[in-house]
Amino acid sequence: MKSAVVLLPGLNRDRDMIAALTKISGKPPLTVWQTDTEIPDVDLIVIPGGFSYGDYLRCGAIAARMPVMRAVAEKAARGTLVMGVCNGFQILLEAGLLPGALMRNASLKFVCREVKLEVANANTAFTRGYSPNQIIRCPVAHHDGNYFADAETLARLEGEGQVVFRYAEGTNPNGSINDIAGIVSEGGNVLGLMPHPENLIESAHGGTDGRALFEGLVGKAA
Amino acid sequence: MNIRNDFPITPELVASHGLKPDEYQRILDLIEREPTFTELGIFSAMWNEHCSYKSSKKWLRTLPTKGPRIIQGPGENAGVVDIGDGDCVVFKMESHNHPSYIEPYQGAATGVGGILRDVFTMGARPVAAMNALRFGEPDHPKTRHLVAGVVAGIGGYGNSFGVPTVGGEVNFDARYNGNCLVNAFAAGIAKTDAIFYSKAEGVGLPVVYLGAKTGRDGVGGATMASAEFDEKIEEKRPTVQVGDPFTEKCLLEACLELMASGAVIAIQDMGAAGLTCSAVEMGAKGDLGIELDLDKVPVREERMTAYEMMLSESQERMLMVLRPEKEAEAEAIFRKWGLDFAIVGRTTDDLRFRVLHQGKEVANLPIKDLGDQAPEYDRPWVEPKAPAPLADDDVPEADTADALLALLASPDLSSRHWVWEQYDTLIQGNSLQIPGGDAGVVRVDGHPAKALAFSSDVTPRYCEADPFEGGKQAVAECWRNLTATGAEPLAVTDNLNFGNPERPEIMGQFVKAIQGIGDACRALDFPIVSGNVSLYNETNGQAILPTPTIGGVGLIDDWSHMARIRFAAEGETILILGAPKSLGSHLGQSVYMREIHGRTDGPPPPVDLVHERKIGDYVRGLIRKGVATAVHDCSDGGLAVALAEMAMASGIGAKIDLPAGEDVTRALFGEDQGRYVVTVALDPDSDECKALLEEQEKLGIPASIIGRTGGRELKLGQARAISIEDMKAAHEGWFPGYMGAEIG
Repeated sequence: MKSAVVLLPGLNRDRDMIAALTKISGKPPLTVWQTDTEIPDVDLIVIPGGFSYGDYLRCGAIAARMPVMRAVAEKAARGTLVMGVCNGFQILLEAGLLPGALMRNASLKFVCREVKLEVANANTAFTRGYSPNQIIRCPVAHHDGNYFADAETLARLEGEGQVVFRYAEGTNPNGSINDIAGIVSEGGNVLGLMPHPENLIESAHGGTDGRALFEGLVGKAA
Repeated sequence: MNIRNDFPITPELVASHGLKPDEYQRILDLIEREPTFTELGIFSAMWNEHCSYKSSKKWLRTLPTKGPRIIQGPGENAGVVDIGDGDCVVFKMESHNHPSYIEPYQGAATGVGGILRDVFTMGARPVAAMNALRFGEPDHPKTRHLVAGVVAGIGGYGNSFGVPTVGGEVNFDARYNGNCLVNAFAAGIAKTDAIFYSKAEGVGLPVVYLGAKTGRDGVGGATMASAEFDEKIEEKRPTVQVGDPFTEKCLLEACLELMASGAVIAIQDMGAAGLTCSAVEMGAKGDLGIELDLDKVPVREERMTAYEMMLSESQERMLMVLRPEKEAEAEAIFRKWGLDFAIVGRTTDDLRFRVLHQGKEVANLPIKDLGDQAPEYDRPWVEPKAPAPLADDDVPEADTADALLALLASPDLSSRHWVWEQYDTLIQGNSLQIPGGDAGVVRVDGHPAKALAFSSDVTPRYCEADPFEGGKQAVAECWRNLTATGAEPLAVTDNLNFGNPERPEIMGQFVKAIQGIGDACRALDFPIVSGNVSLYNETNGQAILPTPTIGGVGLIDDWSHMARIRFAAEGETILILGAPKSLGSHLGQSVYMREIHGRTDGPPPPVDLVHERKIGDYVRGLIRKGVATAVHDCSDGGLAVALAEMAMASGIGAKIDLPAGEDVTRALFGEDQGRYVVTVALDPDSDECKALLEEQEKLGIPASIIGRTGGRELKLGQARAISIEDMKAAHEGWFPGYMGAEIG
């Protein structure tokens, strides 16, 4: 599988993501910089977590307007798989590639802990490594992960199976509506999620529940 | 327009710069004329306690700083220790006490920023952070505000920068009501052949300013941090800097990229006393003069004076001496990261520190003397009075189960979950043990088996009762916490927080604590490689508890043989190693006496350093051989609290048999030092277990089997069994309840 990781100043889980992609696909991903206007042909583009541009405006708002994001949007429109994790999810929302918004956590505090996720739709390119409704462990680490969408959007997301990950067993850490932790685009090729599967892929992490996401992607595009 | 630099130097102006009359006389003698206003500012920045260590230097020299693994001891931005395979660990701890009390969020945030910068200035990528925090009593009207602000500030900076926070401490005591302590630790990993230093080399080379622009924030911060507080403290708010973790993250990446390019000759971050301290240090260390042209300095405010620019403590700035042929390449790297890059001066051969502003020379001082000739004091000190020991029969009773639950729910022993969940503990994907155990553990990126352990320790109430034993204990406990994970303790950074050194009784605490720390570091081969002294932690004459925080780093060869505090399985045998026959004996200064009986008398537990080393080395061996399945040292709250923590961490209970004829309170709540609870996956009646006990006897390691793991409750001797749920409710409940949050 060929992948590319988008690098923006202030992102800080890029190294975690690059390590996960390298370990699981066997190939280090390409990297693209904020000012790049073209992205080479790859099977997967990942926008990792962090605090792009300090998140000094709304989280992801500045990043969404950088040249590289136009290139990401073009690729997404042509069906390339795009995954945004944490700040990456926020950026995808700000770029209009996914619907809804991520607000400040209900606790108003940054939260780093392990939660349970239900794989609400195992029939996507990103979740085919899981079984339907499987409950997995996954860490979160964010200040603004409180997903919200208006009633109409929400009904559509739920109705079309676009909700892919849901906080399970009462572990919603941020107040997200319908316990939403991750969603896909209508076309199914753009995923945004708040939790960090890249931080739970080997025994050193204390678990490997995040691995199947990457393995599913590798298997699909191998 | 020209900005004035000719203010008359009056005694009041000198005093407001924190300089004593005899110190000012020393300046006059040194330069043989009256200093300009800017020069006075430069002297005050270089000669304050924070930068010059004038009260502490004499005693700091007595500390052991060498060892076979030590690459760089104190005197640089951070200490450097060899960890093999061409890698080294670079670390330091530094206080940001005064600013954090005035403005908790920014004070703590910039404390984290400053210590991270110290580490990456040396060429290391930061891999772990810790924070040792001390606050006033919970009921004090300011405490909640300080806790909330400091924790948010640490998280706000560290999380955005992208370093995992893997350990720390939080304590409460009325003696910190007027001065909280924020001691920030950071460690990074570098290649031993790519460490960068502040010593400039070569005449006529460009001095380059990098990073964020200079503003008026933090002007005089270091001088502020060298004075006591009074009720006018709020007026000092403008001396606190404002942090920008985004710029710092960019600065990290740009610096590491620049270092890899081979352009950097010398580098120094701008911390306390900003441009002044960094320029003087680079020149003085390299036996070179420095000339600065302030018109070239990137500024974010208009009409800044030379004085303000020289004393600004704006964050996220660096000064470097670069190879001239690499200048363009260097500039391109900094532009890519959106950072300022400006040549602001050059190195000279005349050993003068010259500052130009708007075509005028505003300072011209002997560069070596600014550092070397700083006053040094042998301050008078008095031997602290040793507290009388408790009488042999002075053992106030309490219901064991009730007492344990009360201790678990006490401000000092309750779970710190509420705090560290606000820190990113997992970023970088290398965290093997996060806060809540004996030490934080981070694997060495790119190495299949190696990991580093980190712990921060001191027991201020012990130091107050007996600074010498307290100093020893701080080092021993840190060494023990690292050992309890299976790590070989490597070296220490010390952050010495005390009151006003001009008071002989405070100086006495300082001197004795240093002696204790030195003795322990020597006995445990645990040298000090970096550190920081924070004095004048007093408000209206009330000093803090003496708090010499010890930050230790240990090396784990193979993390697949690493110990954790949680019980590993049901039915395992529990041993206590290093304890007397009675299991525990010392109640003076114990948390039990303070929390349950309101007593703070008596001496702290003595530390037998020979015993400490022997037991620790043995326990480490058990872990590395894979014999020990769980390990936890006994510290605050004694054996009872240690067992409760092991049970709560695992969800597995235990049944403990106490030795017949011994006092239960002393056994369970005594705070005797040098003890470890260890579990083994052996039947107590098995031959292997007997062989283990025989081996321990032969080696002279005091050991007793005290019980077995299993069930969902903790049963201590004849006391009422307590369910893990009840312990957890007590333990987890206090902090969120206190901070007005829900348990989550």
